[in-house]
Amino acid sequence: MSRKLELIVLAILLIFAAQFFYMSSTTDAEYGGADGKVEGVIQDITGGTYKPIAEPIWEPPSGEIESLLFGLQAAIGAGIIGYFLGYYRAKKNNENDIGYKSKKKSECEKQSL
Amino acid sequence: MHIMEGFLPTPWWQIWFAVSIPVILYGIHKLNRLVKEKREILPLLAVAGAFIFVLSSLKLPSITGSCSHPTGTGIAAIMFGPAITAVLSTIVLIYQALFLAHGGLTTLGANVFSMGIVGPVVAYLIYKAGMKANLNFYLVVFLATAFGDWATYVTTSVELALAFPAASGGVLASFTKFAAIFAVTQVPLAIMEGAVSALLFKYVVNVKSDILVEMKVIEESVVRKLRGNSA
Repeated sequence: MSRKLELIVLAILLIFAAQFFYMSSTTDAEYGGADGKVEGVIQDITGGTYKPIAEPIWEPPSGEIESLLFGLQAAIGAGIIGYFLGYYRAKKNNENDIGYKSKKKSECEKQSL
Repeated sequence: MHIMEGFLPTPWWQIWFAVSIPVILYGIHKLNRLVKEKREILPLLAVAGAFIFVLSSLKLPSITGSCSHPTGTGIAAIMFGPAITAVLSTIVLIYQALFLAHGGLTTLGANVFSMGIVGPVVAYLIYKAGMKANLNFYLVVFLATAFGDWATYVTTSVELALAFPAASGGVLASFTKFAAIFAVTQVPLAIMEGAVSALLFKYVVNVKSDILVEMKVIEESVVRKLRGNSA
């Protein structure tokens, strides 16, 4: 199988990674969240008069807990993607191997779900 | 792209709820029908939803020296259309609002509108136009998902600008300020999202193209061409 697309994607990611390492070691950029920066702009525009109309019901008590929950979110997602791509791949290989596909495709499709 | 809890004044947060709720309801209706008619799409739906879960949790550094995250909605939009993507995005946004204090319940309507509706609609339209123009499949997926991601952040800037017009210059002046944060930071991230989405699509086409053909996402001839190239 051709790996051209993989190489292109890897190259794109590496360019941005290299740019990040270079910039984070030569400048003192803070790398804070863009979502949070907005608060400053809103206070700027309204002259500091804006009061949020609601507060979050619950906030992660620390940065560590927040990372935990973000990590959990990514792990759940990655697990599901890996599981189903692996499931499809194995199924496709087996179908090809034993020539099952042509015989009872519709039946085994139903059973497998 | 998440507007923080409480940071949209009345009447704006209600307006965005009013816009988003009908789309979500239509999406739920479509989703129910699709699942009833074709149960075999469920794993694919899970993959598309999980992709949103993963990508929207990754806060990546950008050239502007601040961090933001991709949306991951392009894949779902291409496979299932914007309405169903709105439902998937709503689930992710509620998770983040409740457990991460990211975004919020009052701003949920606005966040669903930008991430779950405008982004996916843009991705969907670019995908359809690109396939009609017979461009390379992976290039079309890249363009659709990258611009969908970017459109989400432009929409957030518009939402904030409408709610907070500047004293001098009005909505346009504040849009420039918000877009300077969101739209610029997002450019490299959108490119990365497009690249990774194209890659995921390659694997899905490799192992399970028949469902995509059946759902009219991709034509048989395109699959054959891709297989021929990558064989």
